[in-house]
Amino acid sequence: MVKPTRVTNRIRALRFEHDELTQAQLADALGVTRQTVIAIEQGRYSPSLEMAFQIARVFGVGLDDVFQYPQEES
Amino acid sequence: MSYEERGTWVYLVVSAGVYAVYVTVMLARAADPITATAYQVPLLWSIGVAIVAAIVVRIVVEIGAGVARGVGDEVGREVGSRTGARVERRVADPFRADARDREIDRLGTLRTWMVLVAAALVALVMALAEWPHFWIANVIYLGFVAQAISSATVKLVAYRRGL
Repeated sequence: MVKPTRVTNRIRALRFEHDELTQAQLADALGVTRQTVIAIEQGRYSPSLEMAFQIARVFGVGLDDVFQYPQEES
Repeated sequence: MSYEERGTWVYLVVSAGVYAVYVTVMLARAADPITATAYQVPLLWSIGVAIVAAIVVRIVVEIGAGVARGVGDEVGREVGSRTGARVERRVADPFRADARDREIDRLGTLRTWMVLVAAALVALVMALAEWPHFWIANVIYLGFVAQAISSATVKLVAYRRGL
């Protein structure tokens, strides 16, 4: 399956680092459905900038620690 | 599957199903010439049935989804943890649209609104050319159904493959 975004993330790893936070708990903290959290984790949905900041805040890290964007090849 | 995705499936199935029944009824009642067929009552009935069926099927699907999920149960699912096992309460997904649902809904509407416009333009040309009401009404109705089916399909693809 072709991912519609080049943005990658470490949400799954961060969940496990934070006392194995479940997708449902993260969804609850963000006010979205668990399916949205799954879609973000799998790179099928790029969240808004506001939601990206909310995710980073849940884990207490910076935006760059959650989301990465690959360098353009020159 | 989220609440909104289930709703999109219901919308798709009901729209396509009711229209299929309408076409079947029309073909069974077809007069000669076909424009003499009494289409008004079946058409109005199919619109009414589609609205009621969408509501009823949605309720049934949500009840079924709730039962399958065991909403409100303290499931007591053990979750392995480095700090020891802890009990997680399974929570139901909210019965409302979130940011992703709203984006997908917008995408479905934006990509398929021209279907409705095309049907309206065809109906306009037919009216100007004084075609029988039978064809004009059916083109407009087909436009509504085609837009409903295409928008639901676009949304379901977005739900499955991503935005």
